[in-house]
Amino acid sequence: MIHRFVLVALLTLFGLAPLTAAHAEYADVVLNRYAEKNGMRPVIYPHWFHRIRFRCKVCHFELGFEMRVGSNDITMGKIIDGQYCGMCHNGEIAWSVEHCDRCHSGLPGLKTGIQGGHKTGGPGIW
Amino acid sequence: MKRWFFAGVVLWISTFTATAEVIDNGRKYVWEPFDADFLHDPANPALDELQHPEEAFRNFPKDTPTIGNQVDWVRALEQGFINPRTNLFPDTEIEVLDLDIIMPDTADMPMVRFPHRAHTQWLDCSNCHDHLFAREAGATPVNMFSILSGEYCGRCHGAVSFPLTECRRCHSVNRSRFRGKPGAQQPPGRIYEPVLEQPIVR
Ligand code: HEC
Ligand code: HEC
Ligand code: HEC
Ligand code: HEC
Ligand code: HEC
Ligand code: HEC
Repeated sequence: MIHRFVLVALLTLFGLAPLTAAHAEYADVVLNRYAEKNGMRPVIYPHWFHRIRFRCKVCHFELGFEMRVGSNDITMGKIIDGQYCGMCHNGEIAWSVEHCDRCHSGLPGLKTGIQGGHKTGGPGIW
Repeated sequence: MKRWFFAGVVLWISTFTATAEVIDNGRKYVWEPFDADFLHDPANPALDELQHPEEAFRNFPKDTPTIGNQVDWVRALEQGFINPRTNLFPDTEIEVLDLDIIMPDTADMPMVRFPHRAHTQWLDCSNCHDHLFAREAGATPVNMFSILSGEYCGRCHGAVSFPLTECRRCHSVNRSRFRGKPGAQQPPGRIYEPVLEQPIVR
């Protein structure tokens, strides 16, 4: 019974994979709750780039980012106030907010969510 | 005049089709250029101010092509290819725990070995305890269905850490050859080989 469940789940996963297989880098996060409505491109937050420089615990423990896309209510006002991305993008730890286009770099129309998801192709499977 | 126009067009098209490629031990790794990854806006003037993954990952220890970031993050960290900061505030407590847990309820798959060491190098205890897992081996009702729907191990694996299609990287303990009791194991934990050399357990 459980097997059938797992199988069905896997089949839907792999069945959808070619459709959803964006070419974007794994674990890139799109943030577009407010940006596009206010005339800016969606924000792309790259996990790969930041995890070369910071361990997960820095953001997800010290700085208090919830590990669930969309569950942090990030707005530009809060960033300028030094919250969320603004805890680092303040001209001290990283470049400051005036470089709008480095964060607001997404294609118009993208939905908030995490990229990549479940991909396969390796030998370590099954 | 016409010739230059054509050359220009060809160049322009090639910027869309050129993919960044690295050959490592006979394996081919591809990273899409930002202007053709269906994520970044090619019209963004700041695109070339961003670093491309290919440039950063070129010399890192690799994972299998197409898997996650294609980087063996645990070895990249342990072998010093990267040295990400552990804290921003000087008085934050950093805790690393070397404790393997063997989780036996895996039907006819090999059992799961969960290594605390690899995890606590990246994560804080509070990222998992106690909202995802109890601090008691066997006490959490983990199962594959909820993992695949993004709970328990699937909170990170399949999103940021290596994807869930890598069954044998978690299901890595052969049941009939395992001596001892499942649950918390006597430290030190298993030293994992680089992912491309990890044995595939049946
Ligand atoms: C460090 C990254 C970063 C930089 C730099 C940045 N932004 Fe944002 N911005 C964000 C994030 C994250 C959001 C929230 C995205 C969402 O969910 O829609 C946001 C949202 C916005 C919004 C939506 C309304 C609101 O108040 O949240 C506007 C407008 C905006 N930014 C303008 C700008 C402008 C103008 C600049 C340059 C002066 C800029 N941003 C620089 C990350 C950044
Ligand atoms: C520089 C800060 C930063 C670092 C370092 C970082 N993250 Fe994140 N993480 C974020 C942000 C921002 C989000 C999006 C939150 C949101 O949308 O509200 C996120 C979201 C997530 C999510 C939610 C994905 C989903 O499916 O909803 C997971 C899981 C996650 N991160 C895991 C990790 C892991 C594992 C590491 C370490 C390898 C890590 N993060 C390192 C900032 C960071
Ligand atoms: C823990 C600190 C920290 C936090 C939090 C953080 N960043 Fe960064 N970010 C950095 C550093 C450091 C750099 C590199 C700066 C440099 O190269 O000078 C960077 C670079 C970037 C880049 C450029 C990447 C490239 O390719 O060069 C983007 C885009 C970015 N951050 C977006 C974000 C967004 C969006 C958020 C909030 C959701 C965020 N960052 C939160 C520290 C942080
Ligand atoms: C990535 C997630 C994760 C992180 C981070 C993590 N743990 Fe665990 N921990 C687990 C899992 C999974 C179990 C097994 C739970 C089960 O079987 O129900 C466990 C079990 C335990 C146990 C019970 C062992 C036993 O003897 O029964 C202790 C104690 C523990 N963890 C302490 C810690 C401490 C201390 C830290 C921080 C240094 C930590 N954990 C970080 C996932 C994690
Ligand atoms: C991130 C680690 C991880 C990966 C990857 C993973 N599993 Fe699991 N799996 C687990 C854990 C943890 C359990 C629960 C073990 C326990 O509770 O004792 C489990 C349980 C199972 C079970 C037992 C029945 C059930 O529903 O719980 C099956 C069957 C299973 N996995 C199959 C797979 C298959 C097939 C794959 C590859 C597509 C896979 N697993 C990938 C961690 C993983
Ligand atoms: C909070 C996030 C998180 C959770 C929850 C989590 N992991 Fe991981 N795991 C990571 C990160 C980060 C790595 C580093 C490698 C990477 O990012 O691909 C990792 C690596 C691993 C490795 C590779 C060890 C090595 O040396 O190659 C195994 C095996 C593993 N996890 C099993 C599990 C199992 C089993 C569970 C559930 C019981 C689990 N993980 C839950 C974040 C997590």
